[in-house]
Amino acid sequence: MNVKKRLLDGARMTRAIRRMAIEILEKNRGTQDLMIVGIRSRGVPIAERIAKEIEQMEAHPVPFGIIDITLYRDDLTTIAPQPVVKPTKLPEPIDDKIVVLVDDVLYTGRTVRAALDALIDFGRPKSVMLAVLIDRGHRELPIHADVIGKTVPTDADEVIKVKMAETDGEDEVLIMEK
Amino acid sequence: MRAETSSLRSKDLLGIEHLVPDEITLILDTAEGFKEVSERPVKKVPALRGQLVINLFMEASTRTRVSFEIAEKRLSADTLNFAASGSAVEKGETLIDTAENLMAMAPDMIVIRHKHPGAPKMLAERLPASIINAGDGAHEHPTQALLDAFTIRERLGRLAGVKVSIVGDIAHSRVVRSNIHLLTKMGAKVTLAAPPSLMPVEVERMGVRVVSSLDAAIDDADVIMMLRIQLERQGKLSFPSLREYYNTFGLTPDRLRRAKEGVIVMHPGPMNRGVEIASDVADGPWSVILNQVTNGVAVRMAVLYLLGGAHGEA
Repeated sequence: MNVKKRLLDGARMTRAIRRMAIEILEKNRGTQDLMIVGIRSRGVPIAERIAKEIEQMEAHPVPFGIIDITLYRDDLTTIAPQPVVKPTKLPEPIDDKIVVLVDDVLYTGRTVRAALDALIDFGRPKSVMLAVLIDRGHRELPIHADVIGKTVPTDADEVIKVKMAETDGEDEVLIMEK
Repeated sequence: MRAETSSLRSKDLLGIEHLVPDEITLILDTAEGFKEVSERPVKKVPALRGQLVINLFMEASTRTRVSFEIAEKRLSADTLNFAASGSAVEKGETLIDTAENLMAMAPDMIVIRHKHPGAPKMLAERLPASIINAGDGAHEHPTQALLDAFTIRERLGRLAGVKVSIVGDIAHSRVVRSNIHLLTKMGAKVTLAAPPSLMPVEVERMGVRVVSSLDAAIDDADVIMMLRIQLERQGKLSFPSLREYYNTFGLTPDRLRRAKEGVIVMHPGPMNRGVEIASDVADGPWSVILNQVTNGVAVRMAVLYLLGGAHGEA
């Protein structure tokens, strides 16, 4: 795969995540009942950084969790081998919480559909918001993001590669050609 | 410790003998994810929705059958329980005929317990469904060994280098065979102890150490695994009396005084209290016996999940 364009470098990613944190606080008028939940795997470091930004701005921590959506995928019976399953870790019951789901890229919307189903098995949140670093379009389900780091029009044969320092050694977002 | 592979090579789980260490690690890692499912308010995930699992138990079993059934239900599979008693088996139907009839109902997986070693393998070779061995005679009981390993790893953080002593009815035990295969593959050091009449000849060739006394097995062990005296599999007792067995090979708090700090005691169940294990040990601080039962569901979910789904095109 060839790199077509660098969408974000480290500094721009940091600013985008900071702005996402501010937007989350604005939309919810603070941190009351807020819980940040990252979708495995690239949603987790982004969610962690959003939670950290919020903590710095508000001077107190906000609950942070991890959700694994593997078992809720709609293609489990058609793909092989079976994708790797990891635990979901939520810090406290989600009942009556405002849950902010965080992922790296919003594309077809199928991951978010699975995440919503997974989340509901843990309780009944007051509301659920979606925050994504990149929205690349091409939705196959009626799902939209409430907070977006960067909107990028893409072709279906392009691939968005999000790299995070925590998992990939550096921060950057690339657009690749198949 | 993370698995390098992301799939099992076979469509079936017939035993531990033919698994490679990476496959074992994959199953144990996957089971960690599934353990969390059992702690949720809604203990069910849609992973095996629409798949039919037949539980074919041709030999008595409570714990294993119930554990598999819970695992299947938590994965949203449809389950059908089939026992030998009250079925056409009593009317003389052969295992192959039974299986082919069940196959006509298009199950995706069959969990089988059978008194004859190799019965699961015979089904696996003839049927397209995934076959999971839930115990075949004195051959193997792979999910028991996997849940034992999961429990050890959970408690001690590793398998490599762990010293595991297995005590009791070695000769009649399928659990011990699966455990020896698994533990030696993963780098644990296995010691066996039993009266000579319950110790198979040349068992050392499986890469284990054999000692003749319980004390020698307790010394230095990180894990002590007690096996049930299988009264039903012995023509007659292989030792003078149950009382004498308890006195020489029964695990008591007194005996455990020479054990290492932090030793854990395991038992695959069902226990004969006062034969191979004292109640004060079974219910004591060393015991992880009930953790084994809980972990059994997670491990079986992992196996069902990894064998479920699409086949062939990987």
